[in-house]
Amino acid sequence: MNGSFRQSMAWLHTWVGLLLGWLLVAIFITGTSAYFREEITLWMEPETHDSTLTPNTLDMAVAVLNDKASDARSWDISLPSARHTVAELRWQPLQQRQQQGGGRNRGESVSMDADSGQVVEPRDTAGGNFLYRFHYQLHGVPREVGRWVVCLATMFMLIAIISGVITHKKIFKDFFTFRPGKGQRSWLDAHNATAVLALPFHFMITYSGLLLFMTMLMPWGIDAAYPENRRDFFSEVFSRGGEEAQRPGNPAEMVDIKPLIAQTEAHFGKPVTRIGVTNPNRDNAVISLRVDRDPAITARQRGGDPVQVYNGVNGELQETLLPSEDPVSPSWRIYNVFTSLHMARFADPLTRWLFFLFGIAGSAMAITGMLLWVNKRTQQLKRDQVPGSSLKLVKGLNMATISGLMIAIAAYFIGNRLLPVTLENRGDQEIQVFFLVWLAALIHALLRPNRSGWQEQVALGTVLWLAVPVINVLTTDSHLFTAVAWQHPALASVDLVCLAFAGAGGYTFWRLIRKPAPAKHAPRKKPAKRTAPSTTAPAGENS
Amino acid sequence: MTPLSITSRTLAAALGGYALSALCAMALAVILPMPRNEAVITGILVAFLLCACAAIWAFSVRSAWRAWGGIALVSLVFGALYLIGSPP
Repeated sequence: MNGSFRQSMAWLHTWVGLLLGWLLVAIFITGTSAYFREEITLWMEPETHDSTLTPNTLDMAVAVLNDKASDARSWDISLPSARHTVAELRWQPLQQRQQQGGGRNRGESVSMDADSGQVVEPRDTAGGNFLYRFHYQLHGVPREVGRWVVCLATMFMLIAIISGVITHKKIFKDFFTFRPGKGQRSWLDAHNATAVLALPFHFMITYSGLLLFMTMLMPWGIDAAYPENRRDFFSEVFSRGGEEAQRPGNPAEMVDIKPLIAQTEAHFGKPVTRIGVTNPNRDNAVISLRVDRDPAITARQRGGDPVQVYNGVNGELQETLLPSEDPVSPSWRIYNVFTSLHMARFADPLTRWLFFLFGIAGSAMAITGMLLWVNKRTQQLKRDQVPGSSLKLVKGLNMATISGLMIAIAAYFIGNRLLPVTLENRGDQEIQVFFLVWLAALIHALLRPNRSGWQEQVALGTVLWLAVPVINVLTTDSHLFTAVAWQHPALASVDLVCLAFAGAGGYTFWRLIRKPAPAKHAPRKKPAKRTAPSTTAPAGENS
Repeated sequence: MTPLSITSRTLAAALGGYALSALCAMALAVILPMPRNEAVITGILVAFLLCACAAIWAFSVRSAWRAWGGIALVSLVFGALYLIGSPP
């Protein structure tokens, strides 16, 4: 490789990085939260917290379904899990409403308290799903547009990764180099370390991000091989099987499900987590009992759980399915590995935390890259030269996307606790709180794109993140000082992560207000230089 | 790099790169000797990587003409493969 090739790659990396950097920071931060989206949703619905699985949960669920929809086409009961405290009861009504656009009919559903059997109506909130959806389709723009924009950013990141690797001839040496407290050098080292440390993760997350939207981005291969009908491809590949339900039969008494559950649990050696009933209370009722599959990341993602199917009237076992053991061809294995890694579908709690940390490393990589861009250009200024308006704009946008977004997410959580529970369109209002706060942070950042601006935003962020668990103590009965939160570790974790963010914010603030120590080794021996900006001045110092 | 060259290369990377990878996905989907759905996913797996590589190629070669030329050449190859493999 010659020098000019590497130079052109460095150029490409710098400019592609700047163009899409802000979007990538936002995608990374919200996407990282998505690893815990169910936990966040749980935390944001405090009405559901005081609910635990009991041996009677199933009987109560069947009673509720019999009460609400005894003549439904099908029932579906999801029992509580570590990430979900209430039982979810869904059903397809006998008279199906015609769905526009051929989408899957989702039917009706209620949440049921697992120990009292009462129907729970949690406050209206988008929960963790808002942040999750934002990370792949943004908000307030048509879904398709948002997805194309995110995919474009993803492709840019794939290009930035490849060109970044080429830029570093000494990639492993760079990884072991860290020179703290030396301004631009330190940012460069931090950017390199977070990039190289998590390089496999970064490559996986971008490549699989594209694969997840392959039918939108790259339908041409499907059309080429299935010229008659694109749907044939999907039914060949993604069919869940057994979807064509029989017509409802004549009314009949159903068998007691409990003994069947014991039988299935003994067979698989695991608890049944999901119960499906087709044609309940009919003479052709079918009961299917599902257990969670063993995590196998090459397995197909949907419909892969082991399941036993029973006759719903006499309780005879009809079949045992182990779809995850179906042979999978090599290419589909690759596809499955990448996409399940992206979503950490297979992950146990510990692995999920690891992915969360990798997500933070990815966010840090994007953030340090943005700060590095500004820092380099600030250092190139001559003495007494004021930064131009474009440099100020980049600085302001950096601040708004980094500290501004963190402030907005904290505000979203606080809004969830403080907005009145009965508010009209409450879920949308929470999202409005998020965007209004973010907008305010953007305006502030553009007005004060300097060190004092950073100090103010970081201070505010610290206070807000600290406020989340405190407000939780004041407004709910499932905060850190109650047993409920610890009984469902997911709840305590959310509060603890908020405290950790507050701690990180406090540390950053302390570094920002400390007088920048005169650097021992100025990065460059230019007499014109005052002092090298230290690590503590992310946006340089031009206050 | 002049602004004109940068614009030209950007277009080559975006439009040319996408066309190249679309043709790659189409060609592999019909020409690989394996079940249809496997050929399709293999084509897509390769296409996304090629798209990124095409963009890098567009910015690494000496002139913008060369960037277009290389992408066009590979696209032609995939286009020909697609015509050979597509069902009559």
